[in-house]
Amino acid sequence: MGCAEKDVADAVRAAAGVVRRHRDELVNLDRPIGDADHGENLGRGFAAVVAALDAGVPSSPGGVLEVVAKTLISTVGGAAGPLYGTGFLRAARAVGAAEELDAATVAAALRAALDGVVARGGAQLGDKTVVDALAPAVAAAESAAGGGADVAGVLRAAADAAAEGAESTVPLVARKGRASYLGERSAGHLDPGARSASLLLRAFADHAAGSAG
Amino acid sequence: MKKIINDPGTVVLDALRGMALAHPDLLRVREDPAVIVRAEAPVPRKVAIVSGGGSGHEPLHGGFVGHGMLDAACPGAVFTSPTPDQVAAAVSLTDGGVGTLLIVKNYTGDVLNFETAAELAAADGVEVRTVVIGDDVAVRDSLHTAGRRGVGGTVLLEKIVGAAAERGASLETCEELAHRVLDRVRSMGLALTSCTVPHVGEPTFALGEDEMEVGIGIHGEPGRRRVPVGTADDAVRHLLDPILEDMPLGEGDRVLLFTNSTGGTPLIELYVAHGVAERLLAERGVRVERRLVGPYVTSLEMQGMSLTLLKLDDELVELWDAPVSTAALRWGI
Repeated sequence: MGCAEKDVADAVRAAAGVVRRHRDELVNLDRPIGDADHGENLGRGFAAVVAALDAGVPSSPGGVLEVVAKTLISTVGGAAGPLYGTGFLRAARAVGAAEELDAATVAAALRAALDGVVARGGAQLGDKTVVDALAPAVAAAESAAGGGADVAGVLRAAADAAAEGAESTVPLVARKGRASYLGERSAGHLDPGARSASLLLRAFADHAAGSAG
Repeated sequence: MKKIINDPGTVVLDALRGMALAHPDLLRVREDPAVIVRAEAPVPRKVAIVSGGGSGHEPLHGGFVGHGMLDAACPGAVFTSPTPDQVAAAVSLTDGGVGTLLIVKNYTGDVLNFETAAELAAADGVEVRTVVIGDDVAVRDSLHTAGRRGVGGTVLLEKIVGAAAERGASLETCEELAHRVLDRVRSMGLALTSCTVPHVGEPTFALGEDEMEVGIGIHGEPGRRRVPVGTADDAVRHLLDPILEDMPLGEGDRVLLFTNSTGGTPLIELYVAHGVAERLLAERGVRVERRLVGPYVTSLEMQGMSLTLLKLDDELVELWDAPVSTAALRWGI
């Protein structure tokens, strides 16, 4: 069973709720190694996304992802705006005009999102960034899709791997973004971008599991 | 948190509206997307100089909009870079037909958002060049970091390039001049206290009563190390030594010395520090030929200071002295 535009829009609304509930956590993660704005900025962006979807849901899953992308780019600012915006934009292009998303398309969209984030930000695995959550998530999603999992299964695999990937940033020394100014002092902290990516994927996975069940 | 604000969510917009009312002769404020624009923009056949960055550093950048400096400034949320649509709007509102120079402080978010905006503007047919400023010697410039941050040198760059554009310099000339300033400007800052970001409500970091953070970033990013607070001589040496290590200056070199308050340090202390810096430079035979002293690149209410040194030549002196009329800098007019 695939996901139509309404399912994608509902998943995005669910993710917006998760971002809102975790706003303070993301702000506090960003305080010691960044500038204490990640939760505030993402919260503002996803609130604007919900408002845009309330005004009208586009007629395809790709169209929904494009609205998410453009709204985040124009409302978030910081590094997170262009990075998440580019990720969602590349995902929208990967999905194209498909009327429903199946497991393989979801995995391909996640791969395109990761490639977009890497192209825009230039981070590699191990730099203590969002890539440390996204890269293992994409690998896990592709492997699940290849093994015959459904959309919910693919997203669950991605979310599990992203959570583990985010945790793996704790001992790392940052080499990209504002945390890199700290050098060795950035070690011992969870990267806020990796954490927010993990939260978003978990929200999508939980929503897919709920609507499938 | 004690602040004179109505709502942390609207603090930037509320400040912009107040600023527009305070300086109707100099600038206009567009609200959605937020842009501060020079009153007489667009100026035909003048290269437009556009900058921007997170709010909370006032008067940077909006206070430098006006004759002889910036054509527009894009204010982001507090300590957050502006979004591409703000920058694209600024470019289109100020385009005089001969190109636009974007001045971007080197932070990951600022660079990414301005990069996206430059692509949008180019698609609209405006010739756009971008200069990224990184003058903070506290950050070791290596492949292992995001690179040096843009701090105090930004004000000097905006003034000098703005003066050149006002005189009719081409986009290429403005860009070359900006790179020449970048090669010759270095900064370093320290903090005695943290600042409190309005939407966070608590101090960004904690410093002991007798400690100061040397190499602090303008968003409260921790610096190179924490040291005991000493005398003004000690504080100035903590800033001047790494600058001079990075950009050696000696007998006969001419400089502009910019002694900046990060917001909470009063002028009386700033003048003490400035006097020390002039004395230490004189001892090395360095000639301080121009000065700027005051709160120009702030971090909200943070107590602290930064020093910026710009190595001067005749052309840079002339451009520094050229008339300027903005909310924060005004002379020669």
